[in-house]
Amino acid sequence: MNAIGKLGLKQRYALLTRGLDWEPSYQPRDKVFPYAAFEGIKVHDWSKWEDPFRLTMDAYWKFQAEKERKLYAVLDSFAQNNGQLGLTDARYVNAIKLFLTGVSPLEYQAHRGFAHTGRHLPGIGPRIAAQMQSLDELRHVQTQVHTISHYNKFFDGFHDWQHMHDRVWYLSVPKSFFDDARTGGPFEFMIAIGFSFEYVLTNLLFVPFMSGAAYNGDLATVTFGFSAQSDESRHMTLGIEVIKFLLEQDPDNLPIVQKWVDKWFWRGHRVLGLVAMMMDYMLPRKIMSWREAWDIYFTEAGGSLFEDLARYGLRPPRYADVATAEAEHISHQNWAIFYQYTHAAAFHTWLPSDEEMDWLSEKYPNTFDKYYRPRLEMWREMEKEGKRFYNNGLPQLCTTCQIPMGYTEPGDPGTICFRTSEFRGETYHFCSDGCKDIFDDEPEKFAQSWLPVHQIFQGNCGGASVEDVLRWYRMNLGADNMDQAGSPDQRQWDAWMEARRRVAG
Amino acid sequence: MPIVALDPGYAEKIDVRDREENFHGNIVVYIHWEDHLSFCAAMAFPLPPDMPFGALLQEIIPTYYGMHPDFPRIDWPAVRWTIDGREVTPDPAASLRDHGVHHKSLIRFRTPGLTGFRGSGS
Repeated sequence: MNAIGKLGLKQRYALLTRGLDWEPSYQPRDKVFPYAAFEGIKVHDWSKWEDPFRLTMDAYWKFQAEKERKLYAVLDSFAQNNGQLGLTDARYVNAIKLFLTGVSPLEYQAHRGFAHTGRHLPGIGPRIAAQMQSLDELRHVQTQVHTISHYNKFFDGFHDWQHMHDRVWYLSVPKSFFDDARTGGPFEFMIAIGFSFEYVLTNLLFVPFMSGAAYNGDLATVTFGFSAQSDESRHMTLGIEVIKFLLEQDPDNLPIVQKWVDKWFWRGHRVLGLVAMMMDYMLPRKIMSWREAWDIYFTEAGGSLFEDLARYGLRPPRYADVATAEAEHISHQNWAIFYQYTHAAAFHTWLPSDEEMDWLSEKYPNTFDKYYRPRLEMWREMEKEGKRFYNNGLPQLCTTCQIPMGYTEPGDPGTICFRTSEFRGETYHFCSDGCKDIFDDEPEKFAQSWLPVHQIFQGNCGGASVEDVLRWYRMNLGADNMDQAGSPDQRQWDAWMEARRRVAG
Repeated sequence: MPIVALDPGYAEKIDVRDREENFHGNIVVYIHWEDHLSFCAAMAFPLPPDMPFGALLQEIIPTYYGMHPDFPRIDWPAVRWTIDGREVTPDPAASLRDHGVHHKSLIRFRTPGLTGFRGSGS
């Protein structure tokens, strides 16, 4: 025992990783690692893998335990002190509904994906790293569920998040994103999630939600955010190590990796549109606009990353320029989708106030007043006449990202972008060149897409009427859905605030 | 290029989920009103292919687009139609199929002079 205690950090880490590897003798290696070869990635020397965890491994257990203790202490105090009353406004809670139903299940998907990858990568270094990340991701979903369970006691829409994740039309967007990654091979998964999502795009997901929480009095969410954040930095270093390692191992890997970078950048960009509308429309106290966040975290940070990777021959993702141009539009277009389909959503929407519209004009001087303010003002007039606009129809969905086809042509915000492909005599529709390219590369995979609108028409979603479908989603009609105004959430909040005023005299 | 998959027979085993025969005799038809993007996307409808085009004009379009302030002002004979990119002059008595509408066709219509709330395209 004492001898082990005297080993250095590196030696102890080597025993944990390299020491756990062995050459199989009962089965050939390719039978032990059956997923290792089919993607066409060539690895000549796994020992060249530089494990990003090697120096922090020892501290890992101690830190994780410490973080858990702090987290649950904060959650207890939040619950005992009725922390929900410290929020800026009841509207804020909808951002957390979106997080729990849309993002937390992805943490679980990431846990499963890394567990699988941690079994199937032939190199022991990345195998251990993927297994550690798998544990982290499981911890993340647990902390989020525990945090949000408090909100479930007081607000609607939180009750059946797992059931909904597999069924509800807009949750099919993040779900299909991860299903796609997990059904790729282990190397594609590592580029999709480890590199593109965790390294390139994660700051656009976590920072806005956690800063949004901090700005809006949500101490509980800030706490799980910080608890996850220190893991995220480790996951990012794994993501960057993976891409460098694959590009260094063989020049034939470059076109494969490039294709994945292009694909997963675009898929991630589409999923992050949910965050865009959260930042610009859902936070009562705004942090920054989506446009500003995109400029900082993608254009600047991503730009220097891809300059660094250029020495391997890797270029920035295809359509990064289109995504940057879309940053002027995407939050407005997404909020328009949810505003008119909020009768079929498990969170509420509303029209921005005059002050919020002015903020949007200031942040989006090129687009908001010209294209989006008139739309919101028209709906405001309809609301005043007692005809709050709900779209009666079901939207056409993109076959790849599964989002309603509400995005406009690059350079022409007045025209919807329609793209199509033919495959085995059937037509497929896409919202963008990015989504069409992804389909065209793997039509056999995406021809199997479970598109919620088509599934309703096929009779697979509980019935033919919207109410039947919403019951099948397990939505509580009249509570979880519809406008924020008049919702049980809002009435409850107003009653609390009124009681507080009375007590304060 | 063939799909990269672990199973060499993958391409032959897939279940194409949105085949026409899965829609109980209907076809999926998408309809979109140009310059009125307050309707956030084209809408999807499961329709019998022998339904007359006139039923779109009389029933479906008024039901789903009628709440827009531009709607009562539409000059229907002047409306311009495309089906999957082809310009067409619809015959209300002829069926969708007669117009070349097939499973997952996109019908777009433009209403000259009407470009949304205050001309904003919404």
